[in-house]
Amino acid sequence: MNVVANPRAWPSDSLTRVPYWVYSDQALYDIEMERIFRGDTWSFLCLEAELPRPNMFRTSHLGDMSVVVTRDGEGKVHAFENRCAHRGALLCHKDRGDAKEIACVYHNWTYDLCGKLTGVAFRRGIGGKGGMPPDSHPEEHAPRQLRVETFCGLVFGTLGKNVKPLEEFIGANITPSVRRVMAKPVKLLGGYSQILPSNWKLYMENTKDSYHASLLHMFFTTFRLNRLSQKGGLVVSEGGANHISYSMSADTAGKEYEQAKMRSANEGFALEVPEVIKSVDEFGDGIGLQILSVFPGFVLQQIRNSLAVRRIVPMGTDKTELVWMMFGFEGDTQELHDLRMMQSNLIGPGGFISMEDGAATGFVQRGSRGAASEMSVVEMGGQGIGSEESRVSEAAVRGFWNTYRQLMGV
Amino acid sequence: MSVNLEHQFRVQDLNARYTEAIDDDRLESWPDFFLPEGKYLINTAENVAHGLPLGFMFATSQAMLRDRIKALRQANIYEAQRYRHVLTAPRLVEDNGGVLLARTSFMVARVMHSGETMLFATGMYEDRIVLNGDKTLFAEKKVILDSRQIDTLLAIPL
Repeated sequence: MNVVANPRAWPSDSLTRVPYWVYSDQALYDIEMERIFRGDTWSFLCLEAELPRPNMFRTSHLGDMSVVVTRDGEGKVHAFENRCAHRGALLCHKDRGDAKEIACVYHNWTYDLCGKLTGVAFRRGIGGKGGMPPDSHPEEHAPRQLRVETFCGLVFGTLGKNVKPLEEFIGANITPSVRRVMAKPVKLLGGYSQILPSNWKLYMENTKDSYHASLLHMFFTTFRLNRLSQKGGLVVSEGGANHISYSMSADTAGKEYEQAKMRSANEGFALEVPEVIKSVDEFGDGIGLQILSVFPGFVLQQIRNSLAVRRIVPMGTDKTELVWMMFGFEGDTQELHDLRMMQSNLIGPGGFISMEDGAATGFVQRGSRGAASEMSVVEMGGQGIGSEESRVSEAAVRGFWNTYRQLMGV
Repeated sequence: MSVNLEHQFRVQDLNARYTEAIDDDRLESWPDFFLPEGKYLINTAENVAHGLPLGFMFATSQAMLRDRIKALRQANIYEAQRYRHVLTAPRLVEDNGGVLLARTSFMVARVMHSGETMLFATGMYEDRIVLNGDKTLFAEKKVILDSRQIDTLLAIPL
């Protein structure tokens, strides 16, 4: 393990304690961008369906670094740093578009769709005067090319030199659940983004925290979409980087929440239009909810028939962009399409369920502001990072910290 | 094209009363501005341009709007906040006597309980409005946001 050039030392070897300075320290944030997002991890870049034809590009991120993702004339997907070799200007300043080559607007240097520098404007000058010396090699400063792998229509990229192949990185106990959702050709339904007033790690912890969902989100509990008493489980990849939390649709009709007087169980609350939570078992296995995360910043969501990918873009120690893309499948029946539209009311910044995650992570960011040397308690389900039948557990959160500390050397 | 000034006024008055109800926190009266089968949706201009239908909110009846308010009042967790809408004059795009299509631009400031105020949303209302005797109601209200970004959460309707 390397030792970080950070004056703050981790308070304990145990994964059950997390110091609050990890959410506010700028120096630590800078190291995270280098060692985690530009290091030996895979970042989700986009869906293949966002590049439906050859000769297209879209922009994405590796941490807070802008990258260009392309599909070349032969249909192969590439990704490279969104930075001109010349003066460092953005190569693509649009979100997406068609292009056979990429030209920097500043001085018209050009690149092919692999990110290779192919042209320098007036390299030999004009009329024998000016231009670049023959021994100059601007190619040496070309944008870094990412290693790209696609899995089930998901495009991931990395700059890491020692990272395992993507499927191995995701883990043998997680990949079947990616395949389960990404079973057919994807049809995009819509995208948006949510600016979270918190550190990126708080959002990833929130995603991996199967304990909070039915306690914070009254919709989950009251309408029995997801209760900790429902059958389900928590699967954590080896080392803890990635996870799945799932619950079966079938409910035991138990009264555990009501008896414990949990705020989120409100028997008096009923909808006039229950169609908003009506669903079909489209995958045929009875799993009504599956939240899956891949370290450091990817989430695949199945909440009933609401399907989405989410990716995080860190924007400083206390700000994170969460980019959502909702989808269905080619060949969806009108009925299934209508269910996905109805259930769009559950998710995103305006969603009956998801809006509260934006609030909760911000509460931790603000609540812990004066307590840098204090620490949070992550001890539900003990100290381990293994898979569990019970979701009254923070094992996946501890798994996140295990991976984080290894990569950061803290 | 000659504009029916009475129709123009009725659209403007409807949106003025609609936004005032939201800004004054009279959210329980918000569904009453719609027909029983009235539609309400919020999407981004980017999605609309690409023909993508799924956005932030999607309601196909007045009853769904009542559910939304009930959830805000009883179920959802968010910090106390309110809006201030500022609207332009509407433009009547179509006027078929009883049914109007109108576009109105808006800006919304969000004021948190702490006093923190931000420009929260800008965009356009694309309204299909039904004139029925002296009643003026939304058959459909499409809220098309200029930006794809929402800060923190979108609890109160726009």
